[in-house]
Amino acid sequence: MATQTTYNHGSQSWEGEPGKGSAQGWARGLGWFSVGLGFTELLLPGPLGRLIGVRDHRTLIRAMGAREIAAGIMVLKERTPTRSMAARVSGDIVDLGLLSAGLGSRGARRGRIVGAAAAVAGVTALDVLCTKQLAEREPSALAETVQTIAINRSPEECYQFWRDFENLPRFMKHVESVRVMPEGRTRWIAKGPAGMRVQWDAEITEDRPGRITWRSLEGSDIENTGSVRFERAPTGHGTIVRAHIQYRPPAGKIGSVVAKLFGEEPSIQAKTDLRRFKQMMETGEVATIEGQTSGRAHVEQSARAAAAHA
Amino acid sequence: MKANCWYGKHDVRVKEVPDPTILNPRDAIVKITLTAICGSDLHLYDGYIPTMEHGDILGHEFMGEIVELGGRVNNLKIGDRVVVPFTISCGNCFFCEMQLYSLCENSNPNAWMAEKLWGHSPTGIFGYSHLVGGYAGGQAQYTRVPFADVGPIKVPTELTDEQVLFLSDILPTGYMAAENCNIHPGDTVAVWGCGPVGLFAIKSAYLLGAERVIAIDRIPERLRMAHEKAGAETINYEHANVYDTLMEMTGGRGPDSCIDAVGMEAHMPGPLYAYDRVKQALMFETGRPIALREAIMACRNGGTISVPGVYGGLVDKMPLGSIMNRALTIKTGQTHVQRYMRPLLERIQNGEIDPTFVITHRLSLEDAPMAYQIFKNKQDECIKVVLSPN
Repeated sequence: MATQTTYNHGSQSWEGEPGKGSAQGWARGLGWFSVGLGFTELLLPGPLGRLIGVRDHRTLIRAMGAREIAAGIMVLKERTPTRSMAARVSGDIVDLGLLSAGLGSRGARRGRIVGAAAAVAGVTALDVLCTKQLAEREPSALAETVQTIAINRSPEECYQFWRDFENLPRFMKHVESVRVMPEGRTRWIAKGPAGMRVQWDAEITEDRPGRITWRSLEGSDIENTGSVRFERAPTGHGTIVRAHIQYRPPAGKIGSVVAKLFGEEPSIQAKTDLRRFKQMMETGEVATIEGQTSGRAHVEQSARAAAAHA
Repeated sequence: MKANCWYGKHDVRVKEVPDPTILNPRDAIVKITLTAICGSDLHLYDGYIPTMEHGDILGHEFMGEIVELGGRVNNLKIGDRVVVPFTISCGNCFFCEMQLYSLCENSNPNAWMAEKLWGHSPTGIFGYSHLVGGYAGGQAQYTRVPFADVGPIKVPTELTDEQVLFLSDILPTGYMAAENCNIHPGDTVAVWGCGPVGLFAIKSAYLLGAERVIAIDRIPERLRMAHEKAGAETINYEHANVYDTLMEMTGGRGPDSCIDAVGMEAHMPGPLYAYDRVKQALMFETGRPIALREAIMACRNGGTISVPGVYGGLVDKMPLGSIMNRALTIKTGQTHVQRYMRPLLERIQNGEIDPTFVITHRLSLEDAPMAYQIFKNKQDECIKVVLSPN
């Protein structure tokens, strides 16, 4: 009987779907509000201007509309739009500034302007609150990525190479060393920017040909779990390797090192490491241009040129 | 050492840079004896290929002498005279095993970039942007050659550098373009573009059994070379309507196969050119597929379009309806150079083809900036420049 499996290929998802009541849910609501308001400003600048008590500023209102739509789209595009929400707050401040400037402009109706400013101030308060909640949520979010790659070697060869954990730094870009300890434990050290290191111990929770799973132990700089599977691909197509990694970057200074280690997109980092594993398995080396010459490199030596002259 | 580096649109400079070093066990260092400027280098020069960085060393057509070897290269020795293919291929992956060397899965360290733009990554290429690896190129005195046990081919001493240099790219590229046409005896092949690749495609089409080859260009000296040196009938598209002329020449049926050896920076008279030029300048499309559109419309029903011309991203107004309703086949790709080097070397040795006829300029590496300029502007009847770096 064929088994059916649903894969979440190459995705990177964050714990917690955006829903009602969550900070993400709030952000989405505010995003849609921006889009609605933006279109109103863009298409009906006249009536809107009269409503908020400023006339003769159609072009400015249209421009504000365009900005509002852009801000809304930015917020809606991202799952955790912390930065876009922060951008909204600055937009609110600009709006408030313009409204107060509008108090002095020709044909201004002070009562309506003050009312409009009160409404904007309300939205500003919501934006600030939402941004703060999103920012607080972020450090504890669980990052997850599933990556696969086809390798022109047998599942046994791939498993054997990976199972020798001290091989892992040969293809994991940021892992400096993996030390095998007693009782199925391993000690990992990864290097970050400016010589910073993060460290964690892990235990192997499952180890059989075709599948290795692990879990970090208490006191780790990064809490993480993962599995790597080596599946036989159709005849002549070697092995399909599937890596599934979940990790929870800590808050604070170590958290920022971890964030830099994994880059803006952890899925790309994981895919790149898998690709380097493939290169190691198939070609015996990792393709690189690191350290090659270029017009950017400082000319320290031109030994060969010197030798040629001599 | 000296190397020709890219510093932006229409800005290349010959600079003193550090010598290359062995970075991997399958690397070799080649002391370059002859290198060339390729038509596709002009796409870099004109700023149409993204992910170039200031200081990148250009050049992907080069040959020379092995001066240093990594620990795992066993088939070459110091002093060997080799031609290096522009495609960097591992020889071990799924695609290399199928001899589809330009699709090597292991040689592009920036594969993720190419995946974003193209869905999947092709092979790494010397001196051709970071999208395809960011490898330092061969318009230099020395170059590091990765997977040296797979790519470089030893060449016999009785052949000159000029006779074998073009095995690195343009001769296999022209040959593969013709091979992709699936030529049968009696076939008519039309070739857009009479640059070096187009000229070698014409030659190769005859070698593979075509009866007629029709060449299309607007530069008089290139049309003359296509006619006199490669034996093609010619159409100057500034003086004649290409479609009408081709129909007239083929009894209204169209050529059996058509080769676009022009690529993303095509020209044509008239307003459609202005339309594409503006769209390209505004980044609404990355290529002007003018020659390709014309080739598609002209090709006979059930015929083949072969595209050795380089395209980088998106193009506009592709006549897909013409392709679908008339059962056309499109074949393309970066050249699987390693597959063609040995058989073509034999054809050169047999005297079936002498690739030196395309060379119009023999200069030194220091002249590279001037050479790019005259090649780009087609001044001084420039068709192919070779540079001596040492």
